[in-house]
Amino acid sequence: MKKITTPFTTKITESLCAGEQILLSGEIFTGRDAAHKRMTELLYSGLPLPFDINRQVIYYAGPCPAPQGRVIGSIGPTTSSRMDSYAPQLIQRGLRVMIGKGSRSKAVIDAIREHSGLYLAAVGGAGALLSLCVKSAELIAFEDLGAEAVYKLTIHEMPLIVAIDCKGKNIYNRN
Amino acid sequence: MARNLRFIETEQITQAVAELCVKANVCIGGDIRAALSKAQLRETSPLAGAVLALLSENAEIAERENLPVCQDTGMSVVFVWLGSDVHVNGDISVAINEGVRRGYRDGYCRNSVVRDPIDRINTGDNTPAVIHYDFTEGDFLRITVMPKGFGSENMSAVKMLKPSDGLSGAADFIVETVRLAEANPCPPIIAGVGIGGTLEKAALLSKQALLRDLGEINPQPLWADFEAGVLERINNLGIGAAGFGGRTTALGVNVLTYPTHIAGLPIAVNIGCHATRHRTIIL
Repeated sequence: MKKITTPFTTKITESLCAGEQILLSGEIFTGRDAAHKRMTELLYSGLPLPFDINRQVIYYAGPCPAPQGRVIGSIGPTTSSRMDSYAPQLIQRGLRVMIGKGSRSKAVIDAIREHSGLYLAAVGGAGALLSLCVKSAELIAFEDLGAEAVYKLTIHEMPLIVAIDCKGKNIYNRN
Repeated sequence: MARNLRFIETEQITQAVAELCVKANVCIGGDIRAALSKAQLRETSPLAGAVLALLSENAEIAERENLPVCQDTGMSVVFVWLGSDVHVNGDISVAINEGVRRGYRDGYCRNSVVRDPIDRINTGDNTPAVIHYDFTEGDFLRITVMPKGFGSENMSAVKMLKPSDGLSGAADFIVETVRLAEANPCPPIIAGVGIGGTLEKAALLSKQALLRDLGEINPQPLWADFEAGVLERINNLGIGAAGFGGRTTALGVNVLTYPTHIAGLPIAVNIGCHATRHRTIIL
């Protein structure tokens, strides 16, 4: 299994193919429905995003609260298609990799292809196991959103699958 | 004939619900654990096999580390069967909601409920629960807590079929609902199916059908055959564990039926994720 460390260079994204299993380490950001709505509103207003998304990774996830002595609670992927209407404009502004579960719209796949991006899938429902890969979590923005706030996570060897590669090859396409 | 009433204090209900919320979120049912292991042995796709192994490992980690199996600790669906010889000293709905509040706080579960479908402000304590009451003979109170995640709930569907659509129309609708759900409900899924009644009765049956143990066969031979046939068709869809292909799209199809109107054939499919969490207590 390939071991990859963020940030994702185009050399890395271009070396990965749909269906490949990887272990991902490094820094990533969480963001789901409410955070995407807020980020899009900031972009429309010409305001800066709460973090520099250039070459970054967003993990579509809203964790459980951290029990005492832990960095974070369970943290598996949420359904990515709910972020489809927001993703292309973030990709155009430099977002390179998304982590979630389930298939993506044609507009997202086109944006991934155009910008040498990647869409990685985490195993849906495996929130306890995935939480053990998180070594630190720092609140970055939108604290009032609770579980939907943006966190910067440092992860170690999170098991993921390349779901859509930079050529647009899609593991969910069964035809 | 004089009957002795049994009194149950609301605090006892609150405590029981709090414990059920935590246990349901942390420990996957034994029937599902067994089905996941069995599916892994049968699986021919290496990637799907790896996913099934990972899901079993996740269940073990959750139990060992006392963590919810999934970050979506769901909206709390509570089924209550109240015996006719029981009297609750207080407001049972208030007691149940207090139990949810306590369980989600003490179990470090995620608060996933918003107060209004449009303004979407989080209630901050996972209340209110969705509570279904039923009444029965006896001096007991039975409570089932089902934390229902919305990856799977969002892919569920209800349809008013025509009587002429019959069994094959019902089967087609279930298979099509699962096909459209793709990877979103965290397969391998369980398909809870309600057939008959009215619009809301079919939907309620489909949720109750998810409570059936996977090892239990439908007592009606016609429906047992129907379930097996639909399961086979679903597992031929090729969606597979986590949607990465293979033979294991569903672990089971559970059907509940009810009499219906001469003009109708309501059907509801409630999709349960790979963990389909629920816990029951009898007080």
